[in-house]
Amino acid sequence: MKGRGVLTGVHFMHGDHACAEGAIAAGCRFFAGYPITPSTEIAERLAQRLPEVGGVFIQMEDEIASIVAVIGASAAGARAMTATSGPGFSLMMESIGLAAMMEIPCVIVDVQRGSPSTGLPTLPGQADVMQARWGSHGDYEIAAYAPWSPQEMFDLTILAFNVADRFRIPVMVMADEVVGHMVERVVIPPEDQIPRWERKRPRYPAGDGFRPFAIEDEDLVPPMAHAGEGYRVHFTGLTHDERGYPDMSAETHHRLVSRLVEKVRRNASQMIRYDAYALDDAKIVVISYGCTARSARRAVADARRMGIPAGLLRLISLWPFPADVVRELARQAEVFIVAEMNLGQMICEVERYVSQPVKGVFHAGGAMIPPDPILQAIREVAFHGSRAGGGKTSAG
Amino acid sequence: MAHALVAEKHPLDDLIRRDRMPHIWCPGCGIGIVMRCYAQAILESGIPVERHVVVSGIGCTARVPGYMNLDSYHATHGRPIPFAIGIKLVKPELTVTVFSGDGDLAAIGGNHLIHAARRNVDIKVICINNFNYGMTGGQVGPTTPLGARTTTTPYGNPEHPFNLPYLLAAAGAVFVSRWTTLHVRQIKQDILYSFRKPGFTFIEVLAPCPVGFGRPNDIEDGVEEMRIYRRRSQLVYRVPEEVPWEALEVDLREERPIYVGRFVDREREVFQPIRLTSKG
Repeated sequence: MKGRGVLTGVHFMHGDHACAEGAIAAGCRFFAGYPITPSTEIAERLAQRLPEVGGVFIQMEDEIASIVAVIGASAAGARAMTATSGPGFSLMMESIGLAAMMEIPCVIVDVQRGSPSTGLPTLPGQADVMQARWGSHGDYEIAAYAPWSPQEMFDLTILAFNVADRFRIPVMVMADEVVGHMVERVVIPPEDQIPRWERKRPRYPAGDGFRPFAIEDEDLVPPMAHAGEGYRVHFTGLTHDERGYPDMSAETHHRLVSRLVEKVRRNASQMIRYDAYALDDAKIVVISYGCTARSARRAVADARRMGIPAGLLRLISLWPFPADVVRELARQAEVFIVAEMNLGQMICEVERYVSQPVKGVFHAGGAMIPPDPILQAIREVAFHGSRAGGGKTSAG
Repeated sequence: MAHALVAEKHPLDDLIRRDRMPHIWCPGCGIGIVMRCYAQAILESGIPVERHVVVSGIGCTARVPGYMNLDSYHATHGRPIPFAIGIKLVKPELTVTVFSGDGDLAAIGGNHLIHAARRNVDIKVICINNFNYGMTGGQVGPTTPLGARTTTTPYGNPEHPFNLPYLLAAAGAVFVSRWTTLHVRQIKQDILYSFRKPGFTFIEVLAPCPVGFGRPNDIEDGVEEMRIYRRRSQLVYRVPEEVPWEALEVDLREERPIYVGRFVDREREVFQPIRLTSKG
């Protein structure tokens, strides 16, 4: 495999390694990270692989330095990534806001473990999903994807780079310990079939008058000049005008922050991904993601065998949230069930868009939610109807 | 009869974002002096302007990149060094300078400072030390002398300050010097020298902050602080042969020497990412 960028072929591959290979295939040539279970295998794989393809691997002194080095590398033109888990993800939050404000693309992989705090380092969790959306201070929007398999650790890492570059935002891969440490079939396509969305670049040569944050297109994404290209750009986390110059006025602030948010909202259809299973005639709609969706799918299949009209909406993009899809399902569904390995996070988002009862199947983390409690929840609402109402079920 | 000569163009015009003037610094502040030295060094470096990149964190000094007409990055508080490392490792052909203050580099960013020096990554650091947090209104910082008054040490600072040259020498920097804003030629010379010196270089410049540090510590204004520098600066050629490292600690309020000079100039292997192929 030495010297090869894309390991085309069929593999039996570890989820974290598949993520690393997705990064390599996407053209990632810079990784800065700090060891943390259960994401460390991503760093280990990239420490081996990046030098083979002319890329840079550096282990930093902490997660703050890691994300900041990634942002700097991206400012110089590289596709750049870091990988971490909850405690490191928390440390990165301030500078994820910097990347959003400077509009510097970057990819952050969070292989979630039991939390809060040090929690369960070697065991799974899904309780960082709201942090992915809201973790840094202020208004900004990002994209975040939840892989449910090693194959998706590969595929969604590539998508994360494409979305980050195309829209100049931080993008998170919100994996969990189960998919990170799972070994499964991974198909890596030929190099020319790896999708590649490019960063928008200045249309004019360097010279006077380039305004790095001037908007020329309806997508609200400004072209990006890199360090060393002669554009003499200024990037700051301060509120800035189209020249990149600090401007402490309420008008400029409102214009900038509104654009950063609207940029993602307006282009959300290009970022949203989901998977529908048995939803066509479903009256009971289960919504789940990541490793929990594997159990949810089994529960829905079992329910169907019992004649219960259940279906599964698997969220692949957690953010942007597929609100229109959920609204559409609300035209047919009698009840929603949200299964997630936390004590109720994405369920809040579902409740925003539907008027039906929404029942939660939750677990604080440490072990996968098995199919049984999800099936149990389906059966309860099937036999008692929507009158059973919302409510929370502990899967423990 | 004398005629006023009005220069149409200053040699440094191209390096300054003139449309951002006036700057935010207070009367008597020393940062602008050092910025001018940096601009002059760039001009004399022979390195194309496009290959100079300047990075800062947060604080008064961290505003310098915003006034420099270069590719410039004003990062999160304490984080200019990892930001600069990211740029440098992707584009090794660039000369990447970190221009920031003592609070940014040695307190909130202290971990990055020592680890970058340990790695000997090829970053040029210019650290303005004004003994306090100026931007936020004169709070105690990592270099504030023991006993000095600031807005958060109204009864005197109960903590010892960092001795930055000693710290950087111990951490592994290949070049460490200290000057005051009085030493404009030496500052420019050392910045120029650091551009050519591979590895992690660190230039500390003591600078007046008459509003934040001077006023509560009985230093009347910027000019008086410059007089202190002139009266007490003492050039040292070799540390610790001439003076022990500990003597490099600074306290403007005491009548003792402020040692300046090039304290470290040595060779260590420069950090390079592992490469198995030519960059492809």
